[in-house]
Amino acid sequence: MNAHPMNRCITIALSGNPNSGKTTIFNNITGTRQKVGNWPGVTVEKKEGLIHRFGFDLKIIDLPGTYSLTPFSIEEIVARDYVLEARPDVVIDIIDASNLERSLYLATQLRELGRSKVMFALNMSDVARARGFKIDGAKLSELLDVPVVSTIGNKNEGVERLLEKAVELALSDKPPEFRRKVRYSQDIETAIASLDRLLQACMSPALDYDTRWTAIKLLENDPIVRKRLLEQAEEHAEQIATETDQLRQVLSQRFNDEPEIVMTDERYGFIAGIMKEVFTISSRQRVDISRNIDLVLTNRFTGFPIFLFFIWAMFQLTFTLGAYPMEWIEAGVTLLSTGVERLLPPSLLREMLVDGILAGVGSVIVFLPNILILFFCIALFEDTGYMARSAFLMDKIMHLIGLHGKSFIPMLMGFGCNVPAIMAARTLESEKDRILTILITPFMSCSARLPVYIVLAGAFFDAHAGTLIFVIYLLGIATAILMGRLFRSTLLRGADAPFVMELPPYRVPMLKSLMIHMWERSKMFLKKMTGVILVGSVLVWALSAFPRTVTYSRNYAEAMEQVRVEYAQRLAADDDARAALTAERDARLQELRWSRQSEAAERSLMGRLGKLVAPVFAPLGIDWRGGVALLTGFAAKEIVVSTMAVLYAVEDGESGDALGRALVSSGMTPLAALSMMVFVLLYVPCLATIATIRRETASLKWTAFSVFYMTGVAWLLAFVVFQGGRLLGFQ
Amino acid sequence: MIQLSVLKEGHRAVIVRIGGQGTLRRRILEMGLTKGTEIYVEKYAPLRDPMELIVKGYHVSLRVEEAAQITVEPINPPA
Repeated sequence: MNAHPMNRCITIALSGNPNSGKTTIFNNITGTRQKVGNWPGVTVEKKEGLIHRFGFDLKIIDLPGTYSLTPFSIEEIVARDYVLEARPDVVIDIIDASNLERSLYLATQLRELGRSKVMFALNMSDVARARGFKIDGAKLSELLDVPVVSTIGNKNEGVERLLEKAVELALSDKPPEFRRKVRYSQDIETAIASLDRLLQACMSPALDYDTRWTAIKLLENDPIVRKRLLEQAEEHAEQIATETDQLRQVLSQRFNDEPEIVMTDERYGFIAGIMKEVFTISSRQRVDISRNIDLVLTNRFTGFPIFLFFIWAMFQLTFTLGAYPMEWIEAGVTLLSTGVERLLPPSLLREMLVDGILAGVGSVIVFLPNILILFFCIALFEDTGYMARSAFLMDKIMHLIGLHGKSFIPMLMGFGCNVPAIMAARTLESEKDRILTILITPFMSCSARLPVYIVLAGAFFDAHAGTLIFVIYLLGIATAILMGRLFRSTLLRGADAPFVMELPPYRVPMLKSLMIHMWERSKMFLKKMTGVILVGSVLVWALSAFPRTVTYSRNYAEAMEQVRVEYAQRLAADDDARAALTAERDARLQELRWSRQSEAAERSLMGRLGKLVAPVFAPLGIDWRGGVALLTGFAAKEIVVSTMAVLYAVEDGESGDALGRALVSSGMTPLAALSMMVFVLLYVPCLATIATIRRETASLKWTAFSVFYMTGVAWLLAFVVFQGGRLLGFQ
Repeated sequence: MIQLSVLKEGHRAVIVRIGGQGTLRRRILEMGLTKGTEIYVEKYAPLRDPMELIVKGYHVSLRVEEAAQITVEPINPPA
């Protein structure tokens, strides 16, 4: 991994604050030659690109955007560990020149690490100039011993020179040496020195990292560094721990504050000193466009209406505009299915291809247009800076559930489709917030669940069907809020991330980066989804298609023949009633055919499974047929209706009314229908959602947990509805 | 001296003390809200929470409950 100039491969890591234009520069350097994945074990996006330049292979790593390297968030841990462990040849810190002072905090920490050679890109230097800022790059370079290159990322200016300088720096023999370091106050420096000496004396083999840095981190009570060091220190662990604690105590008393707070303060003091020497601001004040935009977009009166309009527009685009290509894809899949049916003779293979693979994968591929459009909109929100504003507007409301303002968009998207909604949770920075959002988003009733409600509510609550469906939606929201609060106070406790959020200036988005954003995320959807869906849909198909030979309770072929013979005789005898008799005959034949199909379903593996799980559904008032429909619903909610149609023996192509009538005549009560609707609302939405949860949490544990808890909640609430309703005398 | 959370829109102040503890406190400091820093209250969100501040030339938002941990000395008169 550790690349040295010798083997002509140079590793360059890009680090920087969020909104510093880091990603734009990364995109400019690597173009489409980038690989997007996750950092091992966590859900933080990892981007890397391999390019060939100046006769070298350059491996460019885009580190997560962070404000500091204090290991609070996963992003910070990932970024710091990468520099510590993988030790890239050069770390380029992308600095937003129009936000120099705060950006220098991360820069100071990177220098303090002392692991890799560091250089700065003074990015967005045009914006800084426009705001009347003058930065003396040469002076900055001299003071901090780092090469400094001015860049304008979105115009691709200076990027080539940045790479050139980085390669030059990587090839130079000079080890990183920083003459001007952050000097802490006397007492702290004494403590650092004494710990430093202790570490040098005790640690053998010598510590892999800079001992001064390690001493600073120990004094700052950095849990990760402390734990690793003490594990490595073996018999000296206790001595180091006691010494550290003592020094911390002394310093706390001396400053009447924790050492890490004093040291953060002093780092900013050091930065203020640098700022004095390199930064001047001209007196002429320009109009701040971004501030003016916010006068409207986060205004007390216009803020919310405009926000709602944007959300509405995003919904419209995603689901209305997306409906057209969706139809084309559906038509394409149908065409393919017919083609396969024509080409191949009837066989098990053909059935599996058409009813299993094509039907299953087809049902997921149709989401692609939705996902592309949705991700385009989200990238637009993010790249312009509006995402931060939407969190600013919604935070008060979301905070009531223990969530961050940014959770609003994923949850809202859930009403359309849970798959893109869960993927939209990526915009949340805190992992706990993200997992919590992913766990409760499926309670937002997606559009695929609506047909089930329509059939059931239509059949049993005709006049009040609309109201009832509305109540079901509300129940989903209420459950999400309750579960959110429950998880926040149990499994995902305390991590309600502080809302110290930057509101970056509005920027005109670049089409190229929007496209890359959209495509990378959609590609991931396609790759992972098809795999899981392929296996899942073949499984569902196999369960309903096997065993191949069924022994029926009666001989249907014979019975149908009898009917035909009987009517042939009656028709011959009575010519006047021909039409009526034909109709009667066809109806009886149809009845037999459906009865046979229903029996076949009952005897298939799926049907047997249904009988097996019938006791589970009985307390909810749902019979085995409903149970089977719900089981197939794990694959996709659209299937619930079609399974019921088969099991309750309704002819293909007949309207939902027919199914409704069949349900009523099967003995299902309104209360049982309500219980079934509640169950459909709350249990796992579909295989694609499960696969997405797996993908986004990068954890089998959370995936399994979400499947079981959602099903559990569904069962419990349906039970309460059905049994409670019975106690209250409803039917 | 007052809590930052009661400072009105359009008013300036200098940070005197950051209270609270743990992650939040350190995070606030790392974002540049250190002792002696001048801040300007740009606005409150439509639901009166969170609030938007200008610090060291950039815009940052804080929840009102978080801002209540910060003690400031108002600068008079507001610019």
